[in-house]
Amino acid sequence: MALERLFRRRRAQGEARDIPELWAKCPKCDAQIYKKDLETNLHVCPKCGHHMRLSADRRIEMLADEGSFEQITGLKPADPLGFVDTEPYPKRLERYQREAQRPDAIVGGRCTIGGVPSVLLVMDYAFAGGSMGSVVGEEITRGIELAAQENRAVVIVSVSGGARMQEAALSLMQMAKTTLALDRLWARRLPYVSILTDPTTGGVTASFAAIADVILAEPGALIGFAGPRVIKQTIRQDLPEGFQRSEFLLKHGMVDQVVDRRQLNETLVKVLKLLHPRTVNHGR
Amino acid sequence: MPLEFEKPIEELEAKIAELEGFASSSGVDLSGELQVLRDRLAQLKADTFSNLSRWERVQLARAPGRPTTLDVIGGIMTEFVELSGDRTFGEDAAVVGGLAYLEGTSVVVVGHQKGRDTKENIKRNFAMPHPEGYRKAIRLMDLADRFGRPFITFIDTPGAYPGISAEERGQAWVIAQSIQRMARLRVPAIAVILGEGGSGGALAIGVGNRVLILENAWYSVISPESCAAILWRDAREAAKAAEALKLSAPDLLSLGIVDKIIPEPDGGAHRNPQTSLQNIKKALLEALAELKHLGPEELFEDRYRRFRGLGRYQS
Repeated sequence: MALERLFRRRRAQGEARDIPELWAKCPKCDAQIYKKDLETNLHVCPKCGHHMRLSADRRIEMLADEGSFEQITGLKPADPLGFVDTEPYPKRLERYQREAQRPDAIVGGRCTIGGVPSVLLVMDYAFAGGSMGSVVGEEITRGIELAAQENRAVVIVSVSGGARMQEAALSLMQMAKTTLALDRLWARRLPYVSILTDPTTGGVTASFAAIADVILAEPGALIGFAGPRVIKQTIRQDLPEGFQRSEFLLKHGMVDQVVDRRQLNETLVKVLKLLHPRTVNHGR
Repeated sequence: MPLEFEKPIEELEAKIAELEGFASSSGVDLSGELQVLRDRLAQLKADTFSNLSRWERVQLARAPGRPTTLDVIGGIMTEFVELSGDRTFGEDAAVVGGLAYLEGTSVVVVGHQKGRDTKENIKRNFAMPHPEGYRKAIRLMDLADRFGRPFITFIDTPGAYPGISAEERGQAWVIAQSIQRMARLRVPAIAVILGEGGSGGALAIGVGNRVLILENAWYSVISPESCAAILWRDAREAAKAAEALKLSAPDLLSLGIVDKIIPEPDGGAHRNPQTSLQNIKKALLEALAELKHLGPEELFEDRYRRFRGLGRYQS
């Protein structure tokens, strides 16, 4: 049994490599980390500070005030184009749904964050690499519209390979739809904070994720429009060290701050309180 | 250079020309034979062009000689004054824009610009904009709003440029900003997809009250080649990807992504650019007339509703 566990299936890149039972290994510095420590440290390596991928549910726990989260998402994807590549899209969807334990690549709800009434929307990399199709676009749009109606702030945690190919032009239209929805928020002067995590690329970066009032990025996250592989193929050169990482984006003026995950909640609360119109009396 | 599926047509045309030449030089009466061949040619053309596969349409959308943005502006507008630069970093020749009249109406126009030959294509970066190209577009959207002029865009790009400099200067950020800025226009906005509608780089100037598309143009989230490279792990499967992506004008019309198809002459817009240009002009004037009675806020809400409704899911 033990041997079998040692040779278990390969893990997706970026996740902590498993050493049976109690220990995990940092994919960056190879440090052996006691799993419970990793959990309390929000999946940040205590040795080198490497930020490993965090599940959408953990994100909500980490950012929403305890007991305040009330889910509003739950739409299910369709197969509007009858898309078939090496397998039919509905079959892929079934597999993603099984793996991620949710209908599509997003979960969100009403909550308070440091007492500030908010709508929190979190993308889920475990579902099709967090790709954006009609469901993700619609849930984000509804979330933003709900926030505008109920005077809530909006916080979106992005993690996405980009728009979902299997819904083709309909996925593309989600970029316009979500971007337009943000106008409703602007009209009410409600704050929107975008949190970029590893990786955020393509159509998600080039729409709602990039036009927030405040943009925070986790350290070392890959963030950009085109993926590094595509760029490498286009220019036929190796890419510079640190290219498209959070720190690179900070240097080039694209994000407001690179924030360690362990300080993310605190920073977010500060920003929301400073901007939200109803928080004058919402001291912590 | 004929496209692969056009070769039988070219061959038959050549044969007819040869026979005509022979008939006139020799004085032999071949009118019966020629009529048979001409009928056959007409039938062959009808069969070929009424049953184009999506991949064949993509090839027509990229055909050399297809009208580019500047051809369309030159052909259907007057008094064009080109405006350059983003006022921040530089001038991007992959995006052109300026002021012009369309049948007496003063408009602001922006479009992706492909080159006519290799040299011009290098100058235009194959119509793949950098951030400064989109910033130029945004600047012209500001201008259209300030002066209350209808805003017209022509879309023809394989995609926004995927390169180091483009990423450094915030390609994703300016595309998002351009989408947002165009959405907020308080003047009529019409987008025409001329040839290639490659993903976010196309959508950045595609947020119109009306979105029109030429019969053989394509519009999707990714090019068929890139899609094939990812999903089939082989770019040569582009024909399959083009089918799966449902990227043709009739597909997009049925999904509500475009509002109207602008007809092209048999064999594609490049076969008869004059007819193509007149068809574009007619469609633009009709679209403008439809929007004429809407006030600034109504135009904004009309655009909001148009895009708000796009997407398919189950509750």
